[in-house]
Amino acid sequence: MTGPILPRRGPASRAAPLAGLAVLALAFVWHVSVGARPIPPGIVAEALLAFDADVLDHVVIVDLRLPRALCAVLVGAALSVAGALMQGVTRNPLAEPGLLGLLIGASFAVVLFVGVLGIAPPAMIPLVAALGATGAAAAVWGIAAAAPGGATPLTLILAGAAITAFLGALVTVATLLDERSFEELRVWLTGSLAGGRLDQALWALPWLVAGLAVALGAARQVTALAMGDETAIGLGMDVGRLKARLLFAVVALTASAVAIAGPMGFVGLVVPHAVRLFAGQDYRRVVPWSALAGAAYLLVVDIAARMVLAPVEISTGLVTALLGAPIFVWLVRARL
Amino acid sequence: MNVPNRNMIDQNRRPRLVVERVSSGYGSTPIVRDVSLAIPDAALTILVGPNGCGKSTLLKTMARVLPASGGRVVLDGRPVHGMPTRDVARRLALLPQGPVAPEGLSVRELVAQGRYPHQTLLRQWSRADARAVEAAMEAADVVRFADRPVSDLSGGQRQRCWMAMVLAQETDIILLDEPTTFLDLKVQVDLMRLLRRIAQEDGRTVVMVLHELNVAAAFADLLVMMRGGRLVAQGPVGTAFTAGALREVFGLEASVLTDPASGRPVCVPLVAPRMAVAAE
Repeated sequence: MTGPILPRRGPASRAAPLAGLAVLALAFVWHVSVGARPIPPGIVAEALLAFDADVLDHVVIVDLRLPRALCAVLVGAALSVAGALMQGVTRNPLAEPGLLGLLIGASFAVVLFVGVLGIAPPAMIPLVAALGATGAAAAVWGIAAAAPGGATPLTLILAGAAITAFLGALVTVATLLDERSFEELRVWLTGSLAGGRLDQALWALPWLVAGLAVALGAARQVTALAMGDETAIGLGMDVGRLKARLLFAVVALTASAVAIAGPMGFVGLVVPHAVRLFAGQDYRRVVPWSALAGAAYLLVVDIAARMVLAPVEISTGLVTALLGAPIFVWLVRARL
Repeated sequence: MNVPNRNMIDQNRRPRLVVERVSSGYGSTPIVRDVSLAIPDAALTILVGPNGCGKSTLLKTMARVLPASGGRVVLDGRPVHGMPTRDVARRLALLPQGPVAPEGLSVRELVAQGRYPHQTLLRQWSRADARAVEAAMEAADVVRFADRPVSDLSGGQRQRCWMAMVLAQETDIILLDEPTTFLDLKVQVDLMRLLRRIAQEDGRTVVMVLHELNVAAAFADLLVMMRGGRLVAQGPVGTAFTAGALREVFGLEASVLTDPASGRPVCVPLVAPRMAVAAE
């Protein structure tokens, strides 16, 4: 995909994708081996390669731990790629599904349709989440554009904070009014990979794959788009159609991540910026690396969520927020 | 490298880029009104005029960044707004005003963006692309910085990087929107020399919006003066750049002298001599 002209193309950089995949595989095996009952990595590999239904560890791995690890991979990749695209398209280093209100919009829609109205079958949840994410994004954009000075990074973040506070309050009210039926949703709302939502994941998977495919296909144009609409038009890009495709990718990725694991804040902020430190600014590299690094990041974060206060498990979304907030502050100081 | 196209021009004789009675602007109020202009091939055309006169708007309309609300821009016999945008980008390149590179993007990565219109999903990067990028960096004299982030360079160096990106696009026509703004005079002149060389030696057509009148007078093959959205005067510098035209277009009282070295006109704004009372 990249060519001989691009810098850092020595033997080391050719090996880098393999090294990245190796790190991801290690994180994956580590993730599966950790839990209430530690399972040695050797048995994890055995269960994955030669499954035996009579071995209890194998059953635990395949039925309980594998789905969770796969969900972490999918959600981490989706949110990271969504964040990377948003930063490129909006030329805003702080753009991210959480900070611009997409996560709370998707969560609010799911709470409304599933918890309050009780009318959304699992197949519909990604669509409901997509609807909510789009609505919230439009509201944030509208508020920021109407502010004096227009939609700058700062007004977008402030509008995102306002929408997040507003919809967050509505979500809290809904969960307080009917505590029993919100039992499950409450954990989900903190961003959780627990509780085997594999059925959700299967319904969200097509959207997630479509979003990733569009993102990878458009990655090269995002670099030019990050240099301004006029530059992109001058280079022969159909900017309107390109933005529509990227909006689809961002919404599909965010909505499927929310459908699987609830809102996980700051993943889309932390991972792409970390990736840029070693992969540079060209989105042909930033997008695939964000997918890879995001998957590994969420696996490790989920390991921490289960191990730090073991046997008590904290929500993964709380850990991503704890790790993300300081990095957000650093970015504001360095880049805004 | 542009030989086939130049042969085509000779046969057609009609300029490749023609503005026909174009009106355009933002929203409903037109900024450019009924402008017609034939851009001479293989020459340096410079648009000047006071702030808000519509020169940038006209350039953007020519580059199909803005739609034309009336009239049309014709490129190689076809309306530019109706052509597939990638087709246009293989013939005509645009350097917008004050472009910003994402922080940390290297010079080589920036210049490589210029190859986009020549690439397809199947043919992502070819030897021709690599050669064009190297040649463009050579021409714009940025090879020394090739692997440094654009954001680390000085204003003049950065502008040369953008020039290299536009050159890597290998188009016969290049449009530039105030490429010399905020640059030191020496840096401006170096950039203009590069553009003149591109027009004269490579036979490419260069159209630019410029603020500095004397720089425009020193380099333009065709000078176009606009005011209030209309084209007021156009012609070779010798006939267009006169004290009368400067008064009419800019409201500027100036003497126009001739630079003995180049034979080009130079304007010197009239300043009332300091009065004796004030000197006291």
